[in-house]
Amino acid sequence: MTTTHTDLDVLVLAGGLSHERDVSIRSGRRVADALRSAGMTAHVHDVDGDLLASLRQARPDVVWPILHGSTGEDGSVRDVLDLVGVPYVGTDAAGSRLSWSKPVAKTLLARAGASTPRFTTLPQTLFRELGTRGVLERVLDVLGLPLVVKPASGGSALGVTVVRDAAALPQAMVACFAYGEEALIEQYVDGVEVAVSVVDLGDGPRALPSVEIATDGAYDYDARYNPGRSEYFVPGRLDEAQERAAADLAVLAHRTLGLRHLSRTDMIVDGDGVAWLLDINVAPGMTETSLFPLAAEASPYGVEELYAAIVRRAAGR
Amino acid sequence: MTASPPAPQEPLTPGRGTRLDPWYASYAERTHGMKASEIRALFSVANRPEVVSLAGGMPYLAGLPMEIVAEVTDRLLRERGAVALQYGSGQGDVALREQITTVMAEEGITSHPDDVVVTTGSQQALDLVTRIFVDPGDVVVAEAPSYVGALGVFRAYQADVVHVEMDDDGLVPEALEATLTRLAAEGRRVKLLYTVPNFHNPGGTTLSLERRPQVVEIARRHGVLVLEDNPYGLLGFDDLTENPVMPALHSYNPQGVVYLGSFSKTFAPGYRVGWALAPHAVRERLVLASESAILCPSNMSQMSIATYLSTCDWRGQVKSYREVYRERRDATLHALAEHMPHATWTRPAGGFYTWVTLPEGLDAQAMLPRAVTELVAYVPGTAFYADGTGHRYMRLSYCYPTPERIHEGVRRLANVVNAELDLVRMFGTGGAGTRLAGTLNPGPNQA
Repeated sequence: MTTTHTDLDVLVLAGGLSHERDVSIRSGRRVADALRSAGMTAHVHDVDGDLLASLRQARPDVVWPILHGSTGEDGSVRDVLDLVGVPYVGTDAAGSRLSWSKPVAKTLLARAGASTPRFTTLPQTLFRELGTRGVLERVLDVLGLPLVVKPASGGSALGVTVVRDAAALPQAMVACFAYGEEALIEQYVDGVEVAVSVVDLGDGPRALPSVEIATDGAYDYDARYNPGRSEYFVPGRLDEAQERAAADLAVLAHRTLGLRHLSRTDMIVDGDGVAWLLDINVAPGMTETSLFPLAAEASPYGVEELYAAIVRRAAGR
Repeated sequence: MTASPPAPQEPLTPGRGTRLDPWYASYAERTHGMKASEIRALFSVANRPEVVSLAGGMPYLAGLPMEIVAEVTDRLLRERGAVALQYGSGQGDVALREQITTVMAEEGITSHPDDVVVTTGSQQALDLVTRIFVDPGDVVVAEAPSYVGALGVFRAYQADVVHVEMDDDGLVPEALEATLTRLAAEGRRVKLLYTVPNFHNPGGTTLSLERRPQVVEIARRHGVLVLEDNPYGLLGFDDLTENPVMPALHSYNPQGVVYLGSFSKTFAPGYRVGWALAPHAVRERLVLASESAILCPSNMSQMSIATYLSTCDWRGQVKSYREVYRERRDATLHALAEHMPHATWTRPAGGFYTWVTLPEGLDAQAMLPRAVTELVAYVPGTAFYADGTGHRYMRLSYCYPTPERIHEGVRRLANVVNAELDLVRMFGTGGAGTRLAGTLNPGPNQA
């Protein structure tokens, strides 16, 4: 049975000035379409100088920020929404800040008992002070190869390099610093790439079916956004213990960082059944090739009903 | 019983994977290079007003008398709407073809309306010429660097593009001779020499008067058809009494050159009207190929332009565009001289672009995300090479932003370059590294 929700007016925030503007706009449109299909009113708005005036004028019941990168995920836009006093979907500013910083999120989760690849975080300024050679040699000695170099904040594939050869490490650092001031270098873990989405509709966080990503090569920008390069398995081809470990990790991340309504945790599940935390997203991608919608579709709710339920929860109805 | 369409692959079956594209295995081989890229995604930010975009080659349409254009359109629809909105001739509207010969006469071309084929932008003419001449594996010779939109067409027809050196006077005849001789010795079939002789996109250079007959003669001797692309020819900045418009390559050998023209830069790109001037037999095939592709070019667009040309001072409009773009070219060159002492650049005598060579070791493609963070955009040099080179270069377009914005954009860009230089020196990487994923196809508003 399909319920209609004509009573709710949702303003979907998408776009912004981040490197992931394009993905955000595509995500925003998909969510707005799904909400309209569920009977709600939904408009997509960019994050620009008109936003506050639009919020005052349109007085939406709920804002759904679907902004990837920088102000969208680091908590700042959510701070503004709190200042404006409008209910919004998703994690508050504090939780967003914790998730936005991979080193912080990994540290908190490790203390809470999660497994996460061993890592170090190195800002660009540090290399200016200490030089590069000695530091990178220590990194290689301690962490070994292969390594993954990625911007310390954000959750996209931008600026991410898998380093299998020591000679490629400096270039990976330069590529990473093109996107941010801090680089996270972590040990590469071999295993199955899995994303577990979590929703909390008022009865505590619950994991949706896992999504396994099998890619011919790196799960890079091209593989993420061009249909065909990646094959998705929903639920992932995991045994019962692995599926449980993956779900437990995602729920633990959601609870530990104090996340709200929805999140997505990316991980590697290794041959021993250990789920290794890579990244936590408070504004997961919602495009036609994104992982959260795949999980939602395989859940008992389906995409439209789940999105509508999330909005109702955010609106307190 | 009605036949049901094939069911797309069930998207979600436990234990079975989905590629979210049931037709993944069906695409033609020639499409395999077509992918969305990080670069293309970054350009979506460039369209925000906060960003100074020195990337796109969008004409400055605010310089058009919109009231007059509106009147032209209004009158056209009221008086000849039934024709304007109807199918038309595959070769194009005869009145417009006559006017096109007048426009080309400004560049020393003697032509007959029967030899003109009107196309949907000169981009379609590029596609048609390639379609009727190039088989997979054939060679197209082009300048290094070359127009990104042409490279895309050649790639789509699975041509092998071989670049030939260019200097401040355009294509180097000796290099062209050597390349064609080498390719002949290798038994390669060279079908086209693609060249933009005036105010090159992206190089900003112009083929010198002295070299023009040489280039045409070398191509003739090697039996290679010249594809002369000239969208910017009337947009020169020099005093026309001192430096008259350069003769088109077509004027040296009409039987050996297909000439492409366009109203996109001299009037407005939204009409999507361009043309090809071709030898008789080639023209016949172009018309047939065009009819099979689009049936006919838009009557509405063609008749709008024909009315504009016959009732408005189009030469005055071109002159005013020239002045606007000259001021912007000057602003760009001044700003570069002030802010980017470590780089070098070409000095365009017309058109929309300057070509910047970055300090040794820098990679304009790898630097683009940092530039976008600093709210300035450009097109990395790699877009203009079919062979994956060109990392050290960038194309700056000065056609769209105001002189003040250009100055601010170049200032931001200089900060980006300095920061990148700092980083590359610190890590000793020399810029020879990680590439952004995907084919570099910046999309229509950046081409």
